[in-house]
Amino acid sequence: MSSACHVCDLLVVGAGPAGMAAAWRAAQNGLRVSVVDDNPAAGGQIWRGGPPEASVWFERIRSVDVEVINGARVFQQLRPGTLLAETQSGVCELNYSSLVLATGAREFFLPFPGWTLPNVMGAGGLQALVKTGLPIEGKRVVVAGSGPLLLAVAAYLRGRGANVLLIAEQASSMQLARFAIGLFGKRSQAFELKRQLKGVPYRSGCWVSEAYGTEQLEGVTLLRGKKRWRVACDYLACGFHLVPNVELATLLGCYVERGGVKVNTLQQTTVANVYSAGETTGIGGLELSLVEGEIAGLAAAGKHDAARELFPVRDKQRKFAALLNSTFALRDELKDLSTPQTIVCRCEDVTFERLQKHNSWRAAKLQTRCGMGPCQGRVCGSAVEFLFDWRAESVRPPMLPVRISSLIRKQSV
Amino acid sequence: MSETVTLVVNDIAVEMPAGSMVSAAILKTGTQAFRRSVTGEPRGPLCGMGICFECRVTIDGEQHSRSCQTVCRNGMDVRTEPQKGTEEIQPQKSTEEIQPQKGTKSAKETK
Repeated sequence: MSSACHVCDLLVVGAGPAGMAAAWRAAQNGLRVSVVDDNPAAGGQIWRGGPPEASVWFERIRSVDVEVINGARVFQQLRPGTLLAETQSGVCELNYSSLVLATGAREFFLPFPGWTLPNVMGAGGLQALVKTGLPIEGKRVVVAGSGPLLLAVAAYLRGRGANVLLIAEQASSMQLARFAIGLFGKRSQAFELKRQLKGVPYRSGCWVSEAYGTEQLEGVTLLRGKKRWRVACDYLACGFHLVPNVELATLLGCYVERGGVKVNTLQQTTVANVYSAGETTGIGGLELSLVEGEIAGLAAAGKHDAARELFPVRDKQRKFAALLNSTFALRDELKDLSTPQTIVCRCEDVTFERLQKHNSWRAAKLQTRCGMGPCQGRVCGSAVEFLFDWRAESVRPPMLPVRISSLIRKQSV
Repeated sequence: MSETVTLVVNDIAVEMPAGSMVSAAILKTGTQAFRRSVTGEPRGPLCGMGICFECRVTIDGEQHSRSCQTVCRNGMDVRTEPQKGTEEIQPQKSTEEIQPQKGTKSAKETK
């Protein structure tokens, strides 16, 4: 097992838009910056594969002296100012004076009958697979769930030759109409998506009530008002908007609210010298992530006045974020999708009925192992929060399953 | 760098564009179930980004590797868990058999 040691002024965790913006601004202002990310390449989820629209940001990162450490998963804080990350071949120790948490978001998954079948994936999940080599040409795809991501994913898949049968958005047409009015400067993006999706049915107030199949997905049952019908398909791309990745922030002791990591106007968390930016602080989209990242980078470099100049841009984007989150708020009917036998925790195969017997996540964990498998509750945690109003109380190291050798290495550092 | 790489998934050679992920290569070979859950259900990738751990397979002998975050390399050997009908699958015991508290029903679930 190899080990490496990195020392920097500012460590950025997450090489998505917020992390790249923070790193660029901090490096521009003289800080020695390292960026660590668990994916094989920078760009985060939205800029996976380095699309043309992101080239200006990739160029900015290349124009400054920033060390990017890819394929490294942060799993523990060794002591304040030092994180440990596991790589393919070993462990690296990351030493910093200040830290920016730009750990992004993941899709929000809700259990429903059949959601554990192979080929039922997240919306972003299927897009990521296609971006990284999955042939989708001619495949029948149903895109379902909630949020603007559904449209972007459907348009992308269609562009790659998929036969997108239908987009099912759980939000009502009334909610969506309000959103359309509030789109301000984003109208051109919306029209472009509409053009790309011409001919694909978009159903509001509609959701998948069941995925069926034996060894893999064969089709889905859709529900809209009183109407219920089946659609045969090869893939279901289903995500119910996004949830911030707050595990590392929680582990470091940062105050985390329901919507994300709490930050002040300079993107500082409640822990000294720890900043946070982007989706980690609340779901708000690309533009908000970028401006928050820039503010965090400038603030970490001590350029508070320059950071303040960006506040109006952030305020505008936050208004959009608020509209986004209210539009795509999940309807209560979705709490009734599970049957008693529906699996909620996929790692430990814990069914809905077994969870119903308990009154807190802690009790459910102790009794059923819900949330105690390899994903450590990253999937079922948000689901049980929505279904039962249970909240995760703590995060313990290691934050992710790691090799035993990585933990042993830790002792000798 | 070459345009494509060739790896082996369950003894089937598959050619992928350079930079592809192992998860995409597995699906391309027609294998949909990457692993079996603790009760023996077939599972495949869900999140595509290293969160859900459903895509884990054995890569070059290393178990529990997340195929959605591993880039394909020439000559890589990838093994999913046995497909149905090829080998006997032994579901693990339900964890609920351990019941430390009184009054809760023993709940060995039956489907």
